[in-house]
Amino acid sequence: MSEQPLLSVQNLVKHYPVRSKGVLRRRNGDVHAVCDISFDLHRGETLGLVGESGCGKSTTGRAVLNVQPATAGKVVFDGEDLGAVGSARMRKLRQRLQIVFQDPYASLDPRMTVTDAIAEPLRIHGRYDDEGPGRVRELLATVGLNPEHGNRYPHEFSGGQRQRVGIARSLALRPDLLVLDEPVSALDVSIQAGVVNLLEDLQQELGLAYLFVAHDLSVVRHIADRVAVMYLGQIVEIGNRDELFDRPAHPYTQALISAIPLPDPRRERIRARERIVISGDVPNPVSPPSGCRFRTRCPKFAVLTETEQRLCVEETPALTERGQGHPAACHYAEVLTVV
Amino acid sequence: MSDPVLEVEDLTVSFPTEDGVVRAVRGVSYQLRRGEVLGIVGESGSGKSVTSMAVMGLLPASARVGGSVRYRGQELIGAPDKELQRIRGGRIAMVFQDPMTSLNPVYPVGDQIAEAVRAHNDVSVAAARERAVDLLAAMQIPRPRERARDFPHEFSGGMRQRVVIATAMANDPDVIIADEPTTALDVTVQAQVLQALETARAATDAAMVLITHDLGVVAGSADRVLVMYAGRPVELGGVDDIYYTPRMPYTLGLIGSLPRLDGRSERLVPITGAPPSLLDLPPGCPFAPRCPMRAEICDTDEPDLLAVGATDHLAACHFSADLDGRRPEDVFAQTSLDSAGGAR
Repeated sequence: MSEQPLLSVQNLVKHYPVRSKGVLRRRNGDVHAVCDISFDLHRGETLGLVGESGCGKSTTGRAVLNVQPATAGKVVFDGEDLGAVGSARMRKLRQRLQIVFQDPYASLDPRMTVTDAIAEPLRIHGRYDDEGPGRVRELLATVGLNPEHGNRYPHEFSGGQRQRVGIARSLALRPDLLVLDEPVSALDVSIQAGVVNLLEDLQQELGLAYLFVAHDLSVVRHIADRVAVMYLGQIVEIGNRDELFDRPAHPYTQALISAIPLPDPRRERIRARERIVISGDVPNPVSPPSGCRFRTRCPKFAVLTETEQRLCVEETPALTERGQGHPAACHYAEVLTVV
Repeated sequence: MSDPVLEVEDLTVSFPTEDGVVRAVRGVSYQLRRGEVLGIVGESGSGKSVTSMAVMGLLPASARVGGSVRYRGQELIGAPDKELQRIRGGRIAMVFQDPMTSLNPVYPVGDQIAEAVRAHNDVSVAAARERAVDLLAAMQIPRPRERARDFPHEFSGGMRQRVVIATAMANDPDVIIADEPTTALDVTVQAQVLQALETARAATDAAMVLITHDLGVVAGSADRVLVMYAGRPVELGGVDDIYYTPRMPYTLGLIGSLPRLDGRSERLVPITGAPPSLLDLPPGCPFAPRCPMRAEICDTDEPDLLAVGATDHLAACHFSADLDGRRPEDVFAQTSLDSAGGAR
């Protein structure tokens, strides 16, 4: 992994202003959606970005595409800083950076045939020529759909098929990187498996890099090479998939993995007794807790002595390796097996 | 064994629509004893929610309900509303997916729980309020006395669901029906809610019906599992039988489709195609078009739910005997294609 990463996110910050109601709409705070996160993504690799609602994982995905300018920090794609390039250059680069959305019912125009939907990105970038129709048929076949069905409308397809259309559309411009924003969470499990397999096959064939944003850790464990866990806008732990799932070091990662029930009754009866149930809810991202953001719910914090707790309150733990084999943002990181 | 508290027999539900009759539930039967947890699993549109709405008598008047639902021997289908009101919320309580639809946004939560208490018990307002505070405390809501005066919007999603569970256990029910109680919630909150449900069940010793599409949730909490497909129960058995020795290809396929958190899945085994429309079901097994074991008989005869091997293990498949000891990848292709496609 010594080569230059395809994507490098460096100290990315994204704040959204919160404005008061009424005429003045005074700015009275910021939602700290993403706070100082960094990661690399290499060609052909899948990085899973996981966390609960509101942790900033989708915002990170959007920031990577440079759809909304970052508040601070850099997104470097193939050596170019996306925040610094002009709009003409960005247009060019965007062909290589594509996104697949969560809801295949909302992301396709109901009045466009599937062929038109897939041809649209080609037309927008002036790449729909004589070979266009052939390319669209080829794309339909690539995602496992019948090319004869191209003249149908989205409502004639099932959820899984629509998601396949969304994937075909994102592949039209032959991108290098796909941001997959919860691509399978709207689908029933039996359908989901086919789409997951498709994503794996496409990566093999086309050498795509995936930024896989999801809340379902089981899917992420299946598909990702590396995983970053986010909590309240920060990455709290990052590492190779098996390393992170088998030897999680951050109390939040441990609680997250422990909370997921396994489809395995015998093991589940044992796990249920040992489950780490964290109390409360995610704090308001407008005013996150000082120091470590997880401390208000942290099972570890609760059993620390007062002197030890002071460190958690006063100092934000850095995302560094503390002898657990991979970086975790906890002053008192300690490996615990929870699967 | 004690007598069953709830007996559902050959329950059918159909909805007349402009396009024809939608047969949402086509013959569901199960029995539930005190303290027992029955998990009902299935995908969207399999009829699992409609079944429970029918049990509770909560379907719109246009729905045609057939069969029998007996609570402690008393028939509920066709019973007068007055009778149903006594049982509903009192003897049989329900927890829905979205707590915002079961809570009234303009009343404090304490009042709403107290209302449920007073609807079924002759107690004073003060006593009912006191009971509400106790119930909130049992659901581990911090500072229950103060929080009882708060409105639903002042609670987070997970806490709202715990308020709903508190309401459900208010009258010491015999049956709690929980319909996708954790579906919209984050996993850490899901763990809290499942724990709250277990607390409520243990405190009341009620029987529980847990409806979900998440095979993980059922694995940990159910004693028996009912698998539904296209409005029909296709497999019913003890939780271990269903997960380790399924005898219906659909159940096997569901298990093969699941990515595993414990890292055992190399390649997922999807079920190709999509569930059929319930509008005009062809004869034969509704799973046949997606089934790799399909034979001629599957297109003509819908298999009955019959005992297979072990006691209390039922499956609806002509070839359930052939599934003995087979794994998902032996039966299904590990493909990424969609059956409608097949172009590659």
